[in-house]
Formats: sequence, structure tokens, C-alpha cells
Amino acid sequence: MSESFIHLSDVRKIFKTRNEEFLAVSEVTFDVKAGELVSIVGPSGCGKTTILKILAGIHSYEGGTVRIGSEANPFDPSKDIGMVFQQPLLLKWRKVLQNVLLPAEILGLPRKESLDRAHYLLKMVGLQGFEDKYPHELSGGMQQRTAIARALIHDPKLILMDEPFGALDALTREKMNLELLRIWKESQKTILFVTHGIQEAVFLGSRVIVLTCGPARMADNIAIDLPYPRTLDMMTHEEFGKYARHLYKHLGMDADGSDIVEECRID
Amino acid sequence: MNDISKQARRYVLIILIHLGVVIIWHLWVTMSNIPDYVMPSPGATLLSLGEEYGWLHNTYITAVEVFGGYFLAVIAGVGLALIFNWFKTMETMFMPLMVSLNMIPKVALGPLFIVWLSYGVGPNILISFSICFLPILLTMERGLRESDPDLLDLVRTLRASRWQIFTKIQLPGSLPYLFSGMKVAVVLAVAGAIVGEFIASQEGLGYLMLQVQVTLDTAAMFMAVLIITAIGVVLYGLVLLLEYLFIGQAPKEI
Ligand SMILES: Nc1ncnc2c1ncn2[C@@H]1O[C@H](COP(=O)(O)OP(=O)(O)O)[C@@H](O)[C@H]1O
Ligand SMILES: [Mg+2]
Repeated sequence: MSESFIHLSDVRKIFKTRNEEFLAVSEVTFDVKAGELVSIVGPSGCGKTTILKILAGIHSYEGGTVRIGSEANPFDPSKDIGMVFQQPLLLKWRKVLQNVLLPAEILGLPRKESLDRAHYLLKMVGLQGFEDKYPHELSGGMQQRTAIARALIHDPKLILMDEPFGALDALTREKMNLELLRIWKESQKTILFVTHGIQEAVFLGSRVIVLTCGPARMADNIAIDLPYPRTLDMMTHEEFGKYARHLYKHLGMDADGSDIVEECRID
Repeated sequence: MNDISKQARRYVLIILIHLGVVIIWHLWVTMSNIPDYVMPSPGATLLSLGEEYGWLHNTYITAVEVFGGYFLAVIAGVGLALIFNWFKTMETMFMPLMVSLNMIPKVALGPLFIVWLSYGVGPNILISFSICFLPILLTMERGLRESDPDLLDLVRTLRASRWQIFTKIQLPGSLPYLFSGMKVAVVLAVAGAIVGEFIASQEGLGYLMLQVQVTLDTAAMFMAVLIITAIGVVLYGLVLLLEYLFIGQAPKEI
């Protein structure tokens, strides 16, 4: 078996605010293989974003180990991370094409190649013909597609997605889920996908990591043995329901409750 | 309907409404018996240009004060905002002071400027400058600060340099703020120059207004107000042009 691409063990994160110390993440341990799409699910405020930002090198951490990359698959933190947030975070004075090119400009990649790749990626995310539009001329889903193309422009090995479809309506969201699976297959990236939707987590992930509240702890890490390519009708399969029910139970909810996990209680 | 003819119709409408106001003004004055020294007609106002009031010279003086004060304020406001952005300790130290200074009613400083600098074009430029400098500084400073933290995180994962963050994100992001501040400042710059001329001056349209007030030449006062307004409109137009050149088709609202 090949060495994992991402390895976290016993990661702890303490936020120091004024005179208080706040333990946001504790004892998080998981591995991700290269090319996997792993969902991370948990209540709001449980530390999902914090974990992604630790992986992105934005946050420091107080204990444990974080390793990304392996000998066979070296990882350069400045060039190999693509990020997508809940908000598209596009520059509103740049057209779609120029937005996609931003990371390439920052990294100083060759202009011609980047331009070709941007066109290719915009086609891949279904935005061919929208290169010269401004973000405000696009729908929310199209803006998020632009953000995905931007995350891929510098051909990073790891894509970190923080509730990327959380602000979209349910229909668009399902469509984007299918698109993401196609993009994942086409681009062969390792993707960590944070969500607080259980259905979404199961539908996308080859594995689902479950976090619980205060501080974020690993509650589970289950493989989803549903075949790819996944289709929306799989959501009605018995197998799918079993996984979903299992996760609902973990997060302390009835299966007939809402799909969205509640917020962490502040004790 | 295409965009161009839509635009054209909009401009025609704007002109018609302005013309309408002038016509109503004319009808109102001619059909009522308001005396001329209270409310001159549009025609009488226009005719006052024939009087020997040195219109050209006075317009030139006021325009120099307005444009001079405004130009200095843009240079100083933008410059200081950039300094604050690059040297955060300066910002922490002096920004609260700027906010306090903004609370001073600047026209109240007029008499002081005149004590310090005697009267003339110089002090009036200074009054105009002082009244519109802070709104420009404050909006620009805010615009530079307003970048989304997640977006900054995103470019920091790419090891973007401070200069890249400044040129690619902060500076272009601040422009809509700057232009909204600059638009507010246009009216202030005009008001500042006129107040200066009211307090102590021997030339300029504000000075002229005080002169003709004594002789109850209301038509000339009206004309002066119109020219003062026109100076503001020209300056505003220049700001719109600059805005178009810098921002172009991208959204202008914040
Ligand atoms: N920069 C910070 N300073 C202090 N506390 C923070 C900071 N960022 C996040 N937290 C706290 O850490 C916890 C986890 O936050 P986050 O990772 O954003 O949760 P999630 O993404 O799962 O909703 C929350 O209680 C939040 O208030
Ligand atoms: Mg979050």
C-alpha cells in the first residue's frame, strides 16, 4: 500500500483570545491517500475550517503532526494548494478569465500556458463563453465554478474546499455536486471537502470524517463503498441511507431530522 | 431596444427636466408680481452677465481655489491613506486623530487661516483643502482595509508578497471607496472656497456676491450661484471621467 498523501495525528489547536485560551481542535487524526475525495462533516463551529487552515499553513497548531506529501508525491505548500470557500471571493473588478488567472500571476507562472489552461478549465467547469463577464453578471453557482477554476489554475495537488456550495440553493447544489465529481475525476486531484450537510458528505466522499463539538474531535472515519461515478438516484438506495443514518446517529440526531447538522452549543 | 438609444433617451430626459425647471421658474416669476430684487427671471439672471462685474476674472479665481484645494486634498488624502496602509503603527497612532479632526466644522477655521495667512487665494485654497481632505483620506483608508480576510488567506497560501497583495487586491478594491469619497468632496471643496471668499477676500464669486448684495442686484447673485454650481459640475464630471478610466465597466458601487 502506498504512503498516505496527507497525514494528521493528534493535532491540537488553541486560539488565544485576550486572556482566554480556547481549545478549538483536539486529537484529530486521519490520513488521506493521493487522489482521494474525502468529506469532513460536523456541526458549525466545531473546527472544520480551522483544520483546513492548518493544512493550508494559514494557522499554526500546538501539538501533533501534520504532514502533506510523500517521497513519491512531493508537496510544495506554496504551489500545491487550491482553496475554495463558501463565498466565491472573486475580484469584482476583474473579468472571469482574469479572476481565474490570479494565482498564476502571483506565482509568476508563464503567461501563455496559464492562459491556455484557464480557457481549458473554464470549459471544464462549464463556463466557456463567460470569460469576459464580470462576476456580478454571473449567478451564484457560476461564480463558484469560477472559484473552482481559479483553485485549479496552478495545477495544485491538493484542493481544500470549505463548504463551497453552502450558499447555493438546493437544486444548484446538487448540480454542483455532480459537477465536482466530474471535475475530480478529470483532474485527479486530492480533495478535502468540508460540509455540514450529511447527504452531501456521503454523496461525494470516498470517505467521511466526522467531527464533533467542542473541541473538534474525530468521531468517525468511515469508507463510503458506493461506486463512482455516483448518480443522484443513489441517494435513494438502501446503502446510501445506511451511511447517512449512521452519521446522523453520530451527530446525535434522528434520521428523520434535518439534513443540516446544528451548531455547536456553547457551554 | 439597444443600450445606446436607451442611454440617449436617458440624457434627453435629464436635459428636458432641467429645462422644465427653468421654464417653471420663468413662468412663476412673470405671472406673479414678485419684485425683481427678490426673484429675478431666468432672462434677467442671464442679462446680469452684461454688467461690469469682472465675471471672467472672478470665475477664474474661484475655480482656482476650488480645483487647487480639491487637487491638494486628493494628493494628501490618497498619499496619507497609502502611508497608513504600509506603516500600520502610523495608522494606529494617527487614525483616531484624523477621525477627531474630521469632527471639526472646517468653516469655523476660516477666520484662523486668515489670521495666519492673510487673505487671498492662498487661504481660500487651504479652507477648501481642509474641508475635503478628510473625507477622501477616510474613504480611501477604509477601502484599503476592506479586503476579505478569506481572500487574503487564499493569496497568502500562494505566498503572495505584500506588494502583490497591495497591487492586485487592496488598491483596486479601494478605488470604488475612493471615488465615492471624491464625489462627496467635490461639493465640499466648492463650499470651502466660497466660505473663504465670504469671510475675507477681494476677488472671486463669493466676494462678488457680497458686493452685489449691497446694491440688491439679485440677478447677479443668482448668476454667481449658477456659475459656482457649474464649477462644481465640471469638477464632478472630471471625477466621473477618472472613475470611468480607472474602473471602467466593473461595478462602481461599494
Ligand atoms: N481566529 C480565531 N480566533 C479565536 N477563535 C477562533 C478563531 N477561528 C475560529 N475560532 C473558534 O474556533 C471554533 C472552530 O471554528 P471553525 O473552525 O471556524 O468552525 P467550523 O468551520 O467547523 O464552523 C469556533 O468556536 C470558533 O469560534
Ligand atoms: Mg467553517
